[in-house]
Amino acid sequence: MSLRKLLAASAAAIALPVHAAGALEGTTTKAEINPIAIAMFLAFVGLTLFITKWAAGRTKSRADFYAAGGGITGFQNGLAIAGDYMSAASFLGISALVFGSGFDGLIYSIGFLVGWPIIMFLIAERLRNLGKFTFVDVAAYRLKQTPIRTLAASSTLVVVAFYLIAQMVGAGQLIKLLFGLDYSTAVVIVGVLMVVYVMFGGMLATTWVQIIKAVLLLGGASFIAFMVMRHVGFSFDRMFTEAISVHSKAEAIMGPGALVKDPISAISLGLALMFGTAGLPHILMRFFTVKDAKEARKSVFYATGFIGYFYILTFIIGFGAIILVGSNSVYLDEKGGLLGGNNMAAVHLAHAVGGEVMLGFISAVAFATILAVVAGLTLSGAAAVSHDLYANVFARGKVDDTKELKVSRMATLALGVVAILLGIVFEKQNVAFMVGLAFAVAASTNFPILILSMFWKGLTTRGAVVGGGLGLATAVTLTVLGPAVWVKVFGYETPIFPYDAPGLFSMTVAFLGCWLFSITDSSAQASREAALFEAQLVRSQTGIGASGAASH
Amino acid sequence: MPTELLERIARDPHYLELTRKRSRLAWTLTAIMLAVYYGFILLIAFAPDVLRQKVGEGATTLGFPMGIGVILTAILLTGIYVWKANGEYDRLTARLHEKVGGQP
Repeated sequence: MSLRKLLAASAAAIALPVHAAGALEGTTTKAEINPIAIAMFLAFVGLTLFITKWAAGRTKSRADFYAAGGGITGFQNGLAIAGDYMSAASFLGISALVFGSGFDGLIYSIGFLVGWPIIMFLIAERLRNLGKFTFVDVAAYRLKQTPIRTLAASSTLVVVAFYLIAQMVGAGQLIKLLFGLDYSTAVVIVGVLMVVYVMFGGMLATTWVQIIKAVLLLGGASFIAFMVMRHVGFSFDRMFTEAISVHSKAEAIMGPGALVKDPISAISLGLALMFGTAGLPHILMRFFTVKDAKEARKSVFYATGFIGYFYILTFIIGFGAIILVGSNSVYLDEKGGLLGGNNMAAVHLAHAVGGEVMLGFISAVAFATILAVVAGLTLSGAAAVSHDLYANVFARGKVDDTKELKVSRMATLALGVVAILLGIVFEKQNVAFMVGLAFAVAASTNFPILILSMFWKGLTTRGAVVGGGLGLATAVTLTVLGPAVWVKVFGYETPIFPYDAPGLFSMTVAFLGCWLFSITDSSAQASREAALFEAQLVRSQTGIGASGAASH
Repeated sequence: MPTELLERIARDPHYLELTRKRSRLAWTLTAIMLAVYYGFILLIAFAPDVLRQKVGEGATTLGFPMGIGVILTAILLTGIYVWKANGEYDRLTARLHEKVGGQP
């Protein structure tokens, strides 16, 4: 295994959802107009706009806007979380990875899943019992509002911005490829629709868009996987045997490949994936849409089940693509590569098992998936601006419902415009590092602050701000100096920092920073904060005093 | 929350039982999940040949059932937690709510 290949693979690992976007860049050509895909997509847009209109009538307060009034059930929220998490690029990216290297694809999907149990055991119910609209509410529960909210809202915006740009660029390329639309037209359509959903329908519309998309995606993926299993007579062993016989890497697809030689990368990546999930602001925000801790726990269970099931499907789809697509010249170019790149593996497979109709359906689902993910991100970015920065920092908590709601809608519009512009600006750029960076920042800033504020009495404002700030700075700096940016974006020969995943280092810095600057903090503020811990602990454990469904 | 109420809850035997039991379960399950996941990652990093070993006569290697096993473990563990927390622990919580007359 060459070093270059190793690095490329670890880049793909951390930036998996954008692995799709990354690989699509620059090489995509416009497809023929696909009428079935367009008809199905228009049906999806029509339905979601209708839902948005219905939701708009019910979105009257900030509690409605940020948290759908707390009226979502655990099952619905579980599906919506799964919808938020299963991005188009992770569907296409993971199946592409399995298609390209077999077993390694499975390693990555496992990494994306294992954060969920941790969220369940350590975060979900305390978060629900303590917070109101954003995870920052929890971090700021007993710490000083202005500094902690400013830091946490900034890191939220950093996470949202990178994730959003990556999705927008991926969306533009993918839609160009699948629908035959212009790149910038595609980006504008995505941007406008996401603003409409969020601005008018708030969390209620966003949640239902996620639910519908999750059902469509799970349904489509289940069908394809079923057809693959039918092809191999429902025998995994036969699936593996057939795949080995046609894959260029033969037996090598049956064991670990690219990650093997570098334990530090593997561990660092594992940390960022596991704890990054537990620090993603748009995911954490979903816990406030349910009425209490009991429903929050159910949400995580359903979400874990759906996401786990989905990853098992993508693994079957990847192997199915090896058998049914990789050896069929219809889907290959002159050099024997897949038409449109490896990320098209699942799309071609849809065609192979279900003809034009299934191809159209999967294309429409991919588009819908992107829309749903960007809507969730936009809402959480808008909440950081209007709830954390405007209402609680700028206006010091003295702001009425109408005013805050208005600001959040303006923030949504502004984020939409910025997302469209950046999506167009970054068209030809390599954005493969951006999702990895988003996960690293979430794991190194949001997660340490959140978990320590809930579990460690000794955390002070100073510790949280310095530690979180250091985590943010380390994650960003190491990513820039690492192979994904230094080599692939700036074009230097060798990276200054050798690993793609900075998680191991930036998380260590963040936790050490929080600890050191807390224990050396002997201010009066620090002792006040410690004194508030017991009340916070009791509320987080029992829900007594928590904001309920109606009293948000 | 008034200090008096807070102290009453913090000393309540039901509260102590709830937090003790739930923390123990949460940390145990967290430890299991971390051990399973990082065990898998460390195998990949240091003993990849173990994962390449064949299972039975066919082409299937040990890595696949183990990988799928990690996914199923994650789902199973969250299931165990929900089952305990939404049943036994929520009954304790409800009793506590009744006692202090706090809103749900």
